[in-house]
Amino acid sequence: MSAPSAPRVVVVGAGPAGVRAAQALVEAGLRPVVIDEGRRDGGQIYRRQPEGFTRGYAKLYGSEAPKAEALHRDFDALRGKVDYRSETLAWNLTPGELHTVRAGEPQVLPFDALLVCSGATDRLAPVNGWHRAGCYSLGAAQIALKAQACAIGSKVVFLGSGPLLYLVAAQYVQAGAQVAAVLDTAPARPPLAALAGLLARPRLALRGLQLIRQLRRAGVALRKGVRPLEILGSDEHGVAGVSVFDAHGDVQRFDCDAVGLGWHLRAETQLADLARCEFAFEPTSRQWLPRLDEDGRSSTPGVYLAGDGARILGADGAEAAGRLAALAALSDLGHAPGRALYQSQHADLRRTLATMDRFRRGLALAFPWPQAQFAGLPDQAVVCRCEAVTAGELRRCVDQTGSREVNRAKAFSRVGMGRCQGRYCGHAAAEIIAHACRLPVEDVGRLRAQAPVKPLPMDTREVLS
Amino acid sequence: MSAPTRSDVLIVGGGLMGTTTAFFLRRYYGLSVTLLERELVGRQASGTNFGNVRRQGRDLDQLPLANRARAVWGRIKELLGEDLEFVPYGHLRVCYTEAQAAVLEQHAQAVKPLGLDLELFTAEGLRRRWGIFSDGVVAGSLSPVDGHANPRLAGPAFARAAEREGARIVEHAEVLHIEQEGGDFLAYAADGKVYRAPQLLIATGAWSKRLAESFGEPVPLEARAPTMGVTEPLPYAVGPSIGLSSPIETEGLYFRQIDRGNIVFGGGLKSIADPVNIRAYVKPDNTLRQLRELRRFVPGFAHAQLIRVWSGIEGYTADWKPVMGPSARVSGLHYAFGFNGEGFAISPGVGEVMAELLATGRTSTPIEPFSIGRFAGA
Ligand SMILES: Cc1cc2nc3c(=O)[nH]c(=O)nc-3n(C[C@H](O)[C@H](O)[C@H](O)COP(=O)(O)OP(=O)(O)OC[C@H]3O[C@@H](n4cnc5c(N)ncnc54)[C@H](O)[C@@H]3O)c2cc1C
Ligand SMILES: Cc1cc2nc3c(=O)[nH]c(=O)nc-3n(C[C@H](O)[C@H](O)[C@H](O)COP(=O)(O)OP(=O)(O)OC[C@H]3O[C@@H](n4cnc5c(N)ncnc54)[C@H](O)[C@@H]3O)c2cc1C
Repeated sequence: MSAPSAPRVVVVGAGPAGVRAAQALVEAGLRPVVIDEGRRDGGQIYRRQPEGFTRGYAKLYGSEAPKAEALHRDFDALRGKVDYRSETLAWNLTPGELHTVRAGEPQVLPFDALLVCSGATDRLAPVNGWHRAGCYSLGAAQIALKAQACAIGSKVVFLGSGPLLYLVAAQYVQAGAQVAAVLDTAPARPPLAALAGLLARPRLALRGLQLIRQLRRAGVALRKGVRPLEILGSDEHGVAGVSVFDAHGDVQRFDCDAVGLGWHLRAETQLADLARCEFAFEPTSRQWLPRLDEDGRSSTPGVYLAGDGARILGADGAEAAGRLAALAALSDLGHAPGRALYQSQHADLRRTLATMDRFRRGLALAFPWPQAQFAGLPDQAVVCRCEAVTAGELRRCVDQTGSREVNRAKAFSRVGMGRCQGRYCGHAAAEIIAHACRLPVEDVGRLRAQAPVKPLPMDTREVLS
Repeated sequence: MSAPTRSDVLIVGGGLMGTTTAFFLRRYYGLSVTLLERELVGRQASGTNFGNVRRQGRDLDQLPLANRARAVWGRIKELLGEDLEFVPYGHLRVCYTEAQAAVLEQHAQAVKPLGLDLELFTAEGLRRRWGIFSDGVVAGSLSPVDGHANPRLAGPAFARAAEREGARIVEHAEVLHIEQEGGDFLAYAADGKVYRAPQLLIATGAWSKRLAESFGEPVPLEARAPTMGVTEPLPYAVGPSIGLSSPIETEGLYFRQIDRGNIVFGGGLKSIADPVNIRAYVKPDNTLRQLRELRRFVPGFAHAQLIRVWSGIEGYTADWKPVMGPSARVSGLHYAFGFNGEGFAISPGVGEVMAELLATGRTSTPIEPFSIGRFAGA
């Protein structure tokens, strides 16, 4: 138990970043609150199966099994030392207070320091026809396999770019599913700078190459440098195939009944936005990210960001970032044991993170966001699936109203106004708007987030005071 | 480019009051108009409001203006070439108590001679017609041809239409101060540009206090932030815009359903307005209280999900009447601000009246109660 005057520290997220943050806080003698909307800890990559399920670590986590096991074991050891609240959504944030809800019961958590370890989601780019039944994100395709041991279709095409594209395809092959093709929009020959970055973590880079070999051996058609044309099929019967321009500009068609789509990841930054953190445009990945210092301090005092919710460094990077941000928070709070830990550890942790960041840049260069694809996206392609806004409507909106800013275009066209609040269409919408008004994408701004962070059930009660 | 631009009328503020006035000045009177807007037109109160086009429940002295505005709403497509999603599906007020039912009844009698016919409903009548309210709702009053519109579209559409008619709309032009010189007003913008005109309209919403004061006309005006929210789309079922009539602020509530199916709602306590930084922050407890009141009002809403909340900055006067009309001190100077959370509905009427006033020096719609002179010496 910490003394009553101990700083109140709240961690959002019990993934690799959040668990390591909580662990550091406990080591320093605190009893932090840990919030996660999931049923169990582990986060995205090390998501734990429900209690009572008994698939083994090797089966669930493959090569990452030892890390998963270590994270789960360490978090189990923290039980009793942290105030862990599962199935609890952080739905809003005001200065010094986190607002949570669990099964309709809201609560206000005052904090001296907040560690936002909110992770990432798939990053999606619209493809003509992607609204048809049978289209999934790569993450959803992976979760279907991991959680329910089922494939998204009997014959699947994976389209997009990034390490997850090959990983999920390989996991499908391994599970005995039929993978018709893996279609990567990244050029066959990555730029030299990408290679330099990837070599920052040679073992991981090698594992990527192994995945590709594995897919080849299984007879999966692999294409790089493609430009998506259409997800074929009909609105009644769903997906029937995928057509792309291959690297030579020839049209290729692959029959399938399901498609997994994804272009690497995007950080979940709504809480940082509600915390009024400053954002900056990160040109390599072409996304807006909260401004951070080396230790994870945001521009808002008392608010720290770590893990994929701040920078897509992957799970190992998330573990290091979570620990470093927690120690930085304690040090800033003038907490003596925490400051001692920070002083002895921050240099190493920063070094680790610098390596991870080189690798992140390498990945972003090797598997770039397909920015060139948006200009050619046909007018009828749906961009915002929640609100059914097409590329043509968005372009017309820019033309007719002179909107040169994404929130303005949102106000007029409804793009990003639906259930997901632009988390999945926002990046693509910005590219389309920027292209339509001939501005660099960073000049059209970013969609501002508003509460609730995720849809809030209307039967949520009032806070009892 | 550097010589001050001169026009017949200078409008400061590109909310609905400014943009509608600019439009009608061009359309009806052909005066040359320059409108200066600090950032983008129609993005503050005018672009963030609930979208009620409501006449009932207003002060009686606003009724002639509201009627005039309603007439413009009915011609909106013809005037602008787009309908702003205005739907005349009615505006319904309901209440929880018999005492409030008596207030509704009295109001219906009072507005009838002013040209507004309201239809009164019993609890049973409400149930038969809409069937969504909880048992606590005892009576209602329907204004059959009022309704709602999309505020995000309105201001910018009026600005574009005004531009098409020949008005000059200048965005990113914050007016820092205004001087008088040789019968002209000179407005100094933050970028160093100067604009001049013999007639001036101050329509800077919640930010109007400073400019009015600079002409020796202080106004007790406060910035407040009404709290809004929207649900995911639900099957389309509710035509009219619906509000609760109650003297208790915490149970205040109104909602409407848009074509796409989402329920937009507002009401209750205000959130935090920060006019200096041009930000409005929604207080989470206000949102949760609104959810409570929505469930109490329409139990079926308990099953929906809230997807977004927002707020906007609105100017509230001490006596809850707008400031509208000519200055009491400076000739050529005019005001239209401080609409107390109900200016959207009447904005096209305000624009017509202010244009008439600026062009002809008089107006056929009575607006004396809104004169800034009422605060003189206060
Ligand atoms: C779909 C997907 C699939 C992936 N697959 C792989 C893979 O196979 N291999 C691999 O190496 N990497 C994979 N990654 C990347 C990997 O998941 C991350 O690098 C790693 O999990 C980052 O850890 P983290 O702690 O930053 O975030 P996460 O592990 O994502 O943890 C974030 C946690 O925060 C919680 N949370 C977020 N917001 C809130 C809120 N508002 N309220 C309450 N709780 C909240 C979430 O429930 C989650 O548990 C994948 C990522 C995604 C998005
Ligand atoms: C959340 C909310 C809900 C509401 N709901 C309703 C409703 O349902 N029905 C209804 O009838 N009314 C409603 N209202 C009220 C209505 O929105 C306002 O009364 C109306 O929009 C006021 O218009 P305006 O032009 O005076 O102000 P604004 O729209 O605020 O415009 C003022 C403009 O002046 C600009 N400005 C300020 N200072 C300067 C300067 N120095 N130089 C240049 N430009 C400047 C600002 O940038 C702004 O664009 C609501 C208001 C809010 C905030």
